[in-house]
This record gives sequence, C-alpha cells and structure tokens, in this order.
Amino acid sequence: MTTQTQIKTQPLLKGLLRPVLVSAGFFMLLTGLGYPLATTLVANVMFPHQAQGSLIERDGQVIGSALIGQQFSRPEYFQGRPSMTADQPYNAGSSGASNLGPTSQKLIDQVTQRVQAYRQLNGLAADSQVPVDAVTASASGLDPHISLANAQLQVARVARLRQLPEAELLKVVQAHTEQRTLGLLGEPRVNVLQLNLALDALHQQPLAASE
Amino acid sequence: MLSTLLEFAVILGLMTGLAVLMGKWLTRVFTAPGHALMERGTYRLLGVDPQESMGWARYGSALLLSNLAMMLLGYILLRVQGSMPLNPLELVAQTPDLAFNTAASFITNTNWQAYSGETSLSNFSQMAVITFLMFVGATSGVVAAAGFIRGLSRSNATGIGNFWVDFTRILYRVMLPLCFAMALVYVWQGMPQTLYSQALATTLEGAQQQLIVGAVASFESIKHIGTNGGGFFSMNAAHPFENPTPLTNALHILSMLLIPSALTYTFGSMLLRRRQGWVFFGTFLVMFIGFLSVVYVAEQSGNPLLTQAGADQMLSSTQSGGNMEGKELRFGIADTSLFVTTTTGATTGSVNAMHDSLTPMGGFVPLAQMMLNCVFGGDGVGFINLIQYALLTVFLVGMMIGRSPEFLGKKIEAREIKLVMLSVLAHPISILGFTALAALWPDTLKSLNNIGPHGFSEVLYAYTSGTANNGSAFAGLNANTPFFNTTIGLAMLIGRFFTMLPMLAVAGSLALKKNIPAGAGTIPTATPLFMVLVVFVVLVVGGLTFLPALALGPLVEQLQLLSGQTYP
Repeated sequence: MTTQTQIKTQPLLKGLLRPVLVSAGFFMLLTGLGYPLATTLVANVMFPHQAQGSLIERDGQVIGSALIGQQFSRPEYFQGRPSMTADQPYNAGSSGASNLGPTSQKLIDQVTQRVQAYRQLNGLAADSQVPVDAVTASASGLDPHISLANAQLQVARVARLRQLPEAELLKVVQAHTEQRTLGLLGEPRVNVLQLNLALDALHQQPLAASE
Repeated sequence: MLSTLLEFAVILGLMTGLAVLMGKWLTRVFTAPGHALMERGTYRLLGVDPQESMGWARYGSALLLSNLAMMLLGYILLRVQGSMPLNPLELVAQTPDLAFNTAASFITNTNWQAYSGETSLSNFSQMAVITFLMFVGATSGVVAAAGFIRGLSRSNATGIGNFWVDFTRILYRVMLPLCFAMALVYVWQGMPQTLYSQALATTLEGAQQQLIVGAVASFESIKHIGTNGGGFFSMNAAHPFENPTPLTNALHILSMLLIPSALTYTFGSMLLRRRQGWVFFGTFLVMFIGFLSVVYVAEQSGNPLLTQAGADQMLSSTQSGGNMEGKELRFGIADTSLFVTTTTGATTGSVNAMHDSLTPMGGFVPLAQMMLNCVFGGDGVGFINLIQYALLTVFLVGMMIGRSPEFLGKKIEAREIKLVMLSVLAHPISILGFTALAALWPDTLKSLNNIGPHGFSEVLYAYTSGTANNGSAFAGLNANTPFFNTTIGLAMLIGRFFTMLPMLAVAGSLALKKNIPAGAGTIPTATPLFMVLVVFVVLVVGGLTFLPALALGPLVEQLQLLSGQTYP
C-alpha cells in the first residue's frame, strides 16, 4: 500500500456501492450505539454518583444537582446570578442566555435594574459599584457559582436574617469557596446551592422546627 | 493577570508536547503496513481490498459517497425519532428542513444547531445520529489529511492511499480509544452518562426542577477530540453538565487542538521534513496568540455601558471582572477567552460562553478566525487549508521574483494554482453571497435578536460559521426557519467539499510529479521568513476579502460602543 509500484487502478466508482452502504450502517451501530452504551456501562460502575447527574438528596428527597444552580429568591438565602432560561429562571429543562449584544439598550436596562435591586436588598450605598457577576446573566442560565466579591456583599444581609454572627457566616462562606484548580485553572468561586444547604443544616440543629 | 499568562503558557506548552506524541501516533497509523484483526474483519464486512491503491479521484469519491450515505442515514433516523426507543419525554421528529440542516451539519464536522438539544432530541438520537455523525465526520477530515499528506510525500505515483483502510484505522486506533478514555475522565469530573433522560428535583425553595441528563460524557469527548462542537444541551459547553469544572474546560481546549496541531508533526515526519512541520506549527501558533490577546484584552476591559449602569468590572482578588454577560463564573474571562480562540481557531464550534454577548472586538476574533479558517483549523481540514495558503505564498513570491514556484521539491503549475484558487474562492463566495442574500431576504429581520450592526453580525456569523464548518453561533439569531436551515445547510456542504476535494486533487497532481532538486532560485520554505510570509498572505487575502463585511459589523459596533450609541 505504501509503494507506488502496485498499480492496480480501479475504475472510478467500481465496487463502491457495497462499502458505502455497509459502512454507514455498521459504523452507526459501532459509534452510535456500541460506544455510548459501553461508556455508560463502565461509567456507571466506576462513578455512579456523577453518571446520574451528581444529585444531592436531603431527607431522602432529591433537592437538586451539585453542578446545577437553582433559583433563590428568599432573602435569607445567598442568591445566585441572574438567569435568562425560558419560562422561569434556572429552568434546567431548557438552558438559555440573553444573547444580547453589548450595545443593546435592553441589556443596559436589565443591568441597571438589577444593580438597583441588589443595592436595595443588601443595603448598599446608592452610588456603590456592584460585582458584575451579580447583575449579568450567565451563559447556561444554570451557573451554580457566584464570585467571592458577590458572596461577601451578601453576608451582612443573610447573617442578620438568620441571626448569625457575621464572622461565623464568613467562615461558612470560606469553607465553601473553591480555589483555582492546581492554582491555575478557572476562578475562585462559591457554589450557592451547597452554601445554602450548609446554612440550613446550621440552622436545623438549634431551630429544629423551622422549615 | 500573571496567573492568566502562566495559565495560557502552560496550556500552549501542553498542546505542543501533545502535538509531538499524537503526531508520532498518527504517523504510525498512516503508514503501518499491517492490519489488526478487527480491521481485517471490517474490510471483509465492507467487501473491500485493503491492498488497493486509490487515485485521488477514487479516494475522494469514496469519501464523498460514504459521507452522503451516512448523512442520509442520519436524516432518516431524525425523521423517525418518534418511533425509536429511549425517548421517554416523547420528543417529536425534526421537520424536513431542520433534519436536513442537522444531518448536513454533523456530517460536515460543522455541528451548527438550529435546534435545542434538551427539547428536540431523544437520548437515542443524541447517540445514534449525533454521536455517530460526529465520529464519522471528524474521521473523514483526518482521512482527507492522510490522503493529502501521502500525496505530497510521493513522486511519480498515482495512488494516495486506500480510503477504507485510512477510515477504519483512524476510527479504531485513534478516535474510539481516545474518546472512551476521555469520556471516563469527564464522568469522574461530573458529566452525566446515563440512559435516563431526566431527574426531577424539589429545590430548597420548594420549586420543581427538571434536570435533563443523558449520554453526555461520551458525546463531549468526541465533540472536542473530533473538533465537532455541537452541544448535547442548548447552551453547549457553557452548561455545567457539559463542562462542570475548569479542568474539563482545559481538557476540552487541549482535545480540540490535539489533532490539528499534531498533523503538522505528522506531515514533517512523513515527508522527512521536520523543520517544515515546525514552521507550519509556528504559523498556526503565531496567529493563535495574536487573536487570543485581542479577545482577552477586549473581554477583560469589559463593557463601558455596564460600568455606567453601576456594574463593577475591575479584576480583583475576589472577582474576575470583565464582561460577564453570557459567561460562566467558574471560567471567568481568562478561560473563556482561551476557549473562544480555540473553538473558532480549531473550528470546533463548541462554546463555553455566548459569543453573541461578547464585546465587539471580542466578537471580531471568532468571526475573523473562521474567515481565515486556518488558525489550526478543524481535524484534518485545518492543515489542508494551511497548505493551500502555503501554495499561494510560493506562487505569489515566485511571481514577485520571477521564478517558477516550487514547493516540497515539486513544481507548482497552472493546474495546482487553479485548484487552490477554486478552494480559496469557494469560501468567501459562500459566506458573502449567502450573507448578502439573507440581508435582502424580507423575513431575516424577524429572526434577529439584536438590531443595528450587531444584527448584521448575527447573520454574517451564521454563514461564516456554516461555511468554515465551525458551528458556533451568535445564538440570538433564530436560525430554525426553512430559509436559514436550507441556506446554512448548503453553505456547510459547500464549505466542506469545495475545499476538501480540490485540495485532494492538488495532492493527486503533486504525487504524479517527479522530485526536482532545490536550485539557487528555490525559495526555502522551512524558515521563519517563510512563516512570516504565509501569515502575511493569510491576513492580506483574508483582509481584502472580508474587511468590508467586518466593517459593517463588529468594527462599526466598537466605535458606536465607545460613543455610547445603543439599539433598542
């Protein structure tokens, strides 16, 4: 095959019909069914938790996925980033973004509104600058994280509403802060769902009845 | 800032090391004389003789016809989704124009998606249609490169290899084992891999959340190693299930660059011109770093209009800052910029941020890279595109100094240059022609999510992405209309086969010629000077062709952004 001496030239299309048809069917079965099914089998033996979507259970009920953000509107919870998914925020059945360009007035208006709401909710000065992740919609609409700057600005509010000392709450936030992978990849971040779960657990011991 | 530079350096360093390893592996796959047991069985099943040596026309015909049959099979399976298994959500079949668009998109390695994965495709279709077409589309690209490089390496020869042997080997020895291993790493990092379609959760605040799951990891690994790019989910690699951690993000990036960068090494070792291979690698890398700098600076600087609105976009120890609209927090600006540059350079089309919401200069980069189509480029075809520009370079330089052009020891004559020009011209004719048609089409305005220059960019981006077989989008554009489905589908087929087939013909034509020794008038091509010349030719040809269109889109938008002009 590697030498040019082997001159065995066929007419252009002779004998191509069978391999053309068989290859389509055979490689579909191999790569479209064999490969994903084999991967599914091995993955579920090796990493069953992740393979099923990293689901978190509380009291025997699935309350979400560790990787997928959810909507928090109650002020005693830390709040995630704005989400533009269809029908409702953090709709994991249909990921989505605003797709608004940088010169879109709609985008500017949305951000202006969110800035004001954020300042009001957290008792910030009327001319304070708000962390950009708190007022811009994520790409997936399911971003589970917020920045440290965003989390820190929410500490005072959550501490007040949950009647916790701010210092203690800051410690919880720090415990749920993920650093850059290998000190290099990604950004430092806080997983909102896991932080809020930790807060609920903190509460539940002294105030067992509430929620 | 420093850590960002370090991160970029580490990723590009890893890519270089992997290019050598993978390059050696590919060389063996392309040249090993023996056939493995499973391969011999496959040849018997297909009814082909692995010893047959094919001329470029037969090799190209086998590629074209097998791709056609696979596309047809994909189309049919999409149209009968309703009666196929693994569809508990009872998703209905795609319409004919959408199914044509989807099948054309995935067989051409474009992976443009006019549908959203969660609500349009069952787990069966995601595997048997999309994963299947991603494998064979990507493999076909590498097969074309194998035939192409073999053609360049031969003299006085009519054959450029055996299509079936190349296809089977690349699939069995490269794609399947690599993707399987990578899929397991991905699951470990958190990607779902299950035959269930959904999990239902009750959130902390008591709302119902439907979590769509499926065979995601096996999908993601071929999507990036194959420079495919279509998403399992609508929001692609920005979705936490498709890209859960910064580590998976880095692996995605390295996977996309793996084969395109390795082929320069394979070329060098198969032609015994290693320096030449590194010159081509350098050409890719120089352009890549240039574009990466532009997008990183633009996105980190942020959107001045958002600062006025009260958003703090400054980089600090507690936030990445920058233009975060349409971006994911775990990636921030640095990992997003690297991803944007990689996915449109290596024409994958996977996105970890919404390109529609990039700053104007940030959005300029993906557009420009797809227009040039040779900043690494897709699996196999990127390398072929670069050689096309290298041939053009020796031709132009030869004309300037009055010598007949030579390349790799072969005379370059009228036939080769005509074929190269066919390939070079098909690209802008498709992009600009279809964009012009869409700009005149009355219903186009209804599909736009933004108006003004950004709206024009949405349309320009769609045809650029289709023709360059990229597949990423300014996703605000509603492209699921019969007009867009049909025209973008055609753009993808033109972009794929009107570059691949003429360039295979060039390889066939060069293989026929005899080697001539380098003389005093031969332009040395394995030098940094030649690298600069190729970059220059790429930028000049690309610039002359596309600058007017870019001026109407991102360039004027940048000026308007600075002057505070907005659109409703």
